[in-house]
Amino acid sequence: MQIVGILITGIGVLFLLLGSYGIVRLPDVYNRLQAGTKCTTFGALFTIIGVGIMEPSWFWKTLIIALFILLTNPISNHALGRASRKSGIPLCDRSVVDKASEFEQYKGKV
Amino acid sequence: MSEIFFLTIIGIGIVLCFFRMLKGPTAADRAVALDTVTTVTVAFLVILGYVFKRYVYLDVSLVYAALMFVGSVVIARFLEKGI
Amino acid sequence: MIIVYLLVLLMLAAAIAASVFKDLLSAVIAACLVSLIAAILFYFLQAPDVAMAEASIGAALVTAVFIVAIKRTKRHEE
Repeated sequence: MQIVGILITGIGVLFLLLGSYGIVRLPDVYNRLQAGTKCTTFGALFTIIGVGIMEPSWFWKTLIIALFILLTNPISNHALGRASRKSGIPLCDRSVVDKASEFEQYKGKV
Repeated sequence: MSEIFFLTIIGIGIVLCFFRMLKGPTAADRAVALDTVTTVTVAFLVILGYVFKRYVYLDVSLVYAALMFVGSVVIARFLEKGI
Repeated sequence: MIIVYLLVLLMLAAAIAASVFKDLLSAVIAACLVSLIAAILFYFLQAPDVAMAEASIGAALVTAVFIVAIKRTKRHEE
């Protein structure tokens, strides 16, 4: 049981490190937002549940913390992405598709 | 022994997020870095509670996980159209 | 123990940044990070109730009050 907990916590910690590295490395607000929401939510879930497996009497409380993170983190990141889109921050020059401005042109034409 | 290793790796992650907060060109970059560093900090506090072997210490991370999205939503509403 | 010294250095850097930034929204974000590091330091000093109060006030209440204040005045400092 101890070995399984250490293994799951190690996977989660590795994903947290990769998400933080993506925050530094990627070129744009939207790419950074993607690295900051997917990798970090996955890594935090695995880390917290791995601690709950290592100490079996803590399992239900760690499950509640993981449930809170799973509910609140995508909501706040979605609000940040929508706000930075509406406040007019441009995309980086290497991006290939922009569905939002295509949709606004289509809506103005009809 | 492995907990010290995990704490060191998460500390490197916190330093990287701080670097983006100090350097970021616009305010939205800094808000993204703040949201990431709060999630990383919740995992840091849970592992630290396992190092100290106290059950009561999990309450801090529970409160933090429940309240951290209020600040991000308020910042996002201000960026969108001003509250 | 070296983690504590590193956290104190990060707290100092965030506090200097909060006083240097010209954009006041960035200064509010830096002040929120100072409060977060203070919560972790209280946790290291074995005082979880103080850490809980610091986390809840610094994460939600101070940010909301400062942003309402920025909304009523100007955002950019000359």
